[in-house]
Amino acid sequence: MSIKLLLDKAHVPGIRGFEVYRREGGYRSVEKALKMQPADIVEEVKKSGLRGRGGAGFPTGMKWSFIAKPEGVPRHLVCNADESEPGTFKDRYLMEFIPHLLIEGMIVSSFALGSNTSYIYIRGEYDWVSDILEEAIAEARKNGFLGKNIQGSGFDCEMYVHRGAGAYICGEETALIESLEGKRGNPRIKPPFPAIQGVWARPTVVNNVETLAAVVPILNMGGEEYAKIGVGKSTGTKLISACGNINKPGIYEIDMTISVEEFIFSDEYCGGIPNGKRLKACIPGGSSVPILPANLLLTTAKGEKRLMNYESLSDGGFATGTMMGSGGFIVLDEDQCVVKHTYTLARFYRHESCGQCSPCREGTGWMEKILKSIEEGKGKMSDIDLLWDIQRRIEGNTICPLGDAAAWPVAAAIRHFRDEFEWHVNNPELSQKENYGLRHYADELHVPVTA
Amino acid sequence: MDVQFSQEKLNKVNEIISRYPEGKQKSALLPVLHLAQTEFGGWLDVPVMDYVAGLLSIEPIEVYEVASFYSMYNLKPVGKYMFEVCQTGPCMLNGSDDIIDYIKQKLNIKVGETTADGLFTLKTVECLGACGYAPMMQMGKTYREHLTKEKVDAIIDECRTKAN
Repeated sequence: MSIKLLLDKAHVPGIRGFEVYRREGGYRSVEKALKMQPADIVEEVKKSGLRGRGGAGFPTGMKWSFIAKPEGVPRHLVCNADESEPGTFKDRYLMEFIPHLLIEGMIVSSFALGSNTSYIYIRGEYDWVSDILEEAIAEARKNGFLGKNIQGSGFDCEMYVHRGAGAYICGEETALIESLEGKRGNPRIKPPFPAIQGVWARPTVVNNVETLAAVVPILNMGGEEYAKIGVGKSTGTKLISACGNINKPGIYEIDMTISVEEFIFSDEYCGGIPNGKRLKACIPGGSSVPILPANLLLTTAKGEKRLMNYESLSDGGFATGTMMGSGGFIVLDEDQCVVKHTYTLARFYRHESCGQCSPCREGTGWMEKILKSIEEGKGKMSDIDLLWDIQRRIEGNTICPLGDAAAWPVAAAIRHFRDEFEWHVNNPELSQKENYGLRHYADELHVPVTA
Repeated sequence: MDVQFSQEKLNKVNEIISRYPEGKQKSALLPVLHLAQTEFGGWLDVPVMDYVAGLLSIEPIEVYEVASFYSMYNLKPVGKYMFEVCQTGPCMLNGSDDIIDYIKQKLNIKVGETTADGLFTLKTVECLGACGYAPMMQMGKTYREHLTKEKVDAIIDECRTKAN
């Protein structure tokens, strides 16, 4: 059994309410934090090695230490609950089932950062989750954990939920800030970084839901103890949202020492592939990160077992590796078509491009069109090179990372499954009736077959 | 149409505005537009957007540009029940194409259309964050997950019963 720090109590009946949550030890970290110096809390988070759980994996303690403290200017903590990366649905689970954990983490973090008004920016579609959070906030306020003079400490903190309205781009922190200001979600040019000039030009820290929730166990157990869990720079636990062709889709909290193979095939986690089919490919960290074929997914190019952590998943760079990303784990079985799957992702990014930068606005549309025509058996061989060319011209040439996020899945699909694209071009009729399957693999696949 | 919130809703608008610093009432735009859409027939007509602009002391264009950016704001009338079926990668892997086809056939409409009786609108949407419970769709405030043809039938019946 792995260690659970976030979801260990998520199944306790009534844990959504304050009373049960408190009885189970909730809000202890707030009591502890309010007796500490804010700078010491930042220090604990630094020691914990916690990395942002939204996808970028930036060290949280370091991000906090960047916040500017100009005299007389309010600072704000904003929780990024705009979970929209295809394959990712972990934050929803946490907020839906154990909302007070997020509120608790946010109170501690607000105190550490000196934020007297903090916001939770939640994607508009999670309408009912927004109600759950508002209820939890009201309960926390009623019990003296929010509002004026929290627990007699002299610290004031208000917290509000701000619902978005359907835009993936608002998960990018500067677009989120624009949206919080009541504008279109167009990302800002950095610098200035939000830590200097964020919402309403005030110093702002934007952190993911899971990141802020992880502050609770870090405070309770101490940063050093937290850092002992996991391996290398992958400390603590990570929520993985597993989906696609697996027997047990859902949310799993893992310590980052288990192998990818164990995660997919053991009964404790995904429980293998349904209907006795074989594993073809996987996108382990949300739709933006490179897709890997089964052999490279389970074993690195060096021949080592690949593990479910930041370092191991990115072992080999983009040539033979991928990324931990947001933990959105998408599994494709042998009957899935990589061309079609990539097409749906390209369509997603075209739909979600804010339109500010031409490489992304135009390029995502071109990629979608070309992938659609290849998928429908109307592609030319030169289209594959054209696709490669377009994605290269998007990557790195946009204000925000959505450009890269749109380019990487296409690049990785061509890099690892070029023969499948070529087969579509060469077999326009056959490709409409059947999928390419596992013919991709020249060598025998050393992949466990499910029963 | 007379565009005017009830006193109760106006109080709600003022409560929302109070969440943001003084002079930053524009920040209330997204939540107030959600409220307006629910209140005024499920979509945002120009007079509604102008009314919201007045409430927040901002220019109408500031409302139009936001309303046209975010996918949840409807700029055209929609049916009483809107089926927004996710079609992105993970849902596609689990058969969302079949569900979309089935709804099209069952309601005899294309994607983006509304049934003649004004009851149902079918839309396809991109990832709604329910990948593990695919295929799925959003219907109003809630998600309907693990969809099958039988479940779709039951949901349609449920809507028709409620509407009568």
